[in-house]
Amino acid sequence: MSPGASGQTAEILGARVIELENVAYSYGGGELLSDISLKLEPGSFHFLTGPSGAGKTTLMKLCYGALLPTAGQVRLFDAEVRALDRDDVALIRRRIGVVHQDCQFLDHLPVAENVSLPLMVSGRDLLAEGPNLKELMNWVGLTARANALPPELSGGERQRAALARAVILSPEVVLADEPTGNIDWEMSQRLLRLLVELNRMGKTIMIATHDLALIRAAKAHVQARVLRISNRRLQLAGADL
Amino acid sequence: MTPQTTRARLTDFLMGDRQADRVVPPTGFTAQLTLFAAGAMAFLAIFALALSLATGRLADRWGDELARASTVRITAPAEQMAAQTEAALRVLETSSGVASARALSQAEQQALLEPWFGPDLPLDTLPVPQLIEVIETAEGFDPEGLRLRLAAEVPGAVLDDHTRWREPLARAAARLRLLGWVSLGLIGAAMAAMITLAANAALSANAQVIRVLRLVGARDSYIARAFVRRFTLRALGGATVGTVLACAGILMLPPAQAEGGFLTGLGFRGWQWLWPLAVPPLAAIVAFVATRTAARKTLGEMS
Repeated sequence: MSPGASGQTAEILGARVIELENVAYSYGGGELLSDISLKLEPGSFHFLTGPSGAGKTTLMKLCYGALLPTAGQVRLFDAEVRALDRDDVALIRRRIGVVHQDCQFLDHLPVAENVSLPLMVSGRDLLAEGPNLKELMNWVGLTARANALPPELSGGERQRAALARAVILSPEVVLADEPTGNIDWEMSQRLLRLLVELNRMGKTIMIATHDLALIRAAKAHVQARVLRISNRRLQLAGADL
Repeated sequence: MTPQTTRARLTDFLMGDRQADRVVPPTGFTAQLTLFAAGAMAFLAIFALALSLATGRLADRWGDELARASTVRITAPAEQMAAQTEAALRVLETSSGVASARALSQAEQQALLEPWFGPDLPLDTLPVPQLIEVIETAEGFDPEGLRLRLAAEVPGAVLDDHTRWREPLARAAARLRLLGWVSLGLIGAAMAAMITLAANAALSANAQVIRVLRLVGARDSYIARAFVRRFTLRALGGATVGTVLACAGILMLPPAQAEGGFLTGLGFRGWQWLWPLAVPPLAAIVAFVATRTAARKTLGEMS
């Protein structure tokens, strides 16, 4: 399977896949993010960095509709997120692949079934998608682990399985929240190569990480914008990386 | 929604989606609770139904038997008893609405008193009133008119048209029947409450599953369906077992006997055996509605 072979990217050229305008987010009486403006163009590659607790995960959640801003506007594929009902959000999630640090699997299902969950929930014919699933498992190097249960996987294997699940519907955007947080450097590099490969296929990528070495390593392979959350605001970084 | 669409949806629901069914892990506690609740409630529902139907039959029987027959009691000195009885029979024979009237023989009267006084009662030495059995026509007689005529011609005659017996019995039977239906309603509500609790417990226990499914783009209707189908089928299974056991219990009750009265008359007769067949599908419908409501509420509250 080629995760970028859907042709959907061409349809959205010129459009902004995710756009935040003067967004603020408050939680428990305190403002976590303030006056955030961000535009993710199709095919772009972004790193989102900042210290722990700065609000990287919150910003990522705003980007896939898991949270609603307390001020400002979030537009996902030109749709204002507040105007979306739960079904609309579900449909948008099929266009945005998400990889979490803790991966979030269904532990009672084998890896292959976890990876094919997006196909299942979107009503695709799993038998017809079988060859694509095989190719995808091969792409992330998990063919031999297809029947293992998630708790039996190593940290790196879990992250690759989560990435495979995030791209199985060939989404336009992949958001990865601290994907290398629990894995060693070699495995981080392997995961990064997969994400760069996805970007070359035309996918929009945003990775939240506090690992500056990973960002430096990525810049050797891909034109990436580095954003930093500092004092609740988003800044363009880069010169110091 | 057209009938075809409804049928298609029902077929989809019953056939299910093997893959989708697997996304929710089996949870022993809620599964057992649902099965037990549905089974126990179906069992109780069958007995409440049997009670209700038996009460109905009894009320009809009492109504029919007592409504058709009346009694004229003649209390008079021994030397006037025969004359007054003759006079009363003449009045009855000429009254409209009376199909037949017959004075009970001494042996019949003795048999009536035997349960209280024993077989050796010397009836001829005791001032026992003479009883006349009156059978009404379908139209029935006018009790007030007949009482007036008897009072004028037979001073010692008292007409007992069983109204004072029939009314409280009919009222009691109607209340018993109502209690049976109320019990059925309460059983259904209790089952709905228990299944709602079990469904809520299952939804809470599977919060992580729900988060993952939402993350990968599942609609709430898809998530709800996985839970609703599971609980509906469990309720159907549990209720079927409860129904079979209850029907077996009812079949094992002693057969209806006149002396046994109400207690041996509990059960179903003829086409009434079709009623228990409705209990498992009704339990499934209750479970479907309860789980769907619980799932929608819980999913709506989950961020």
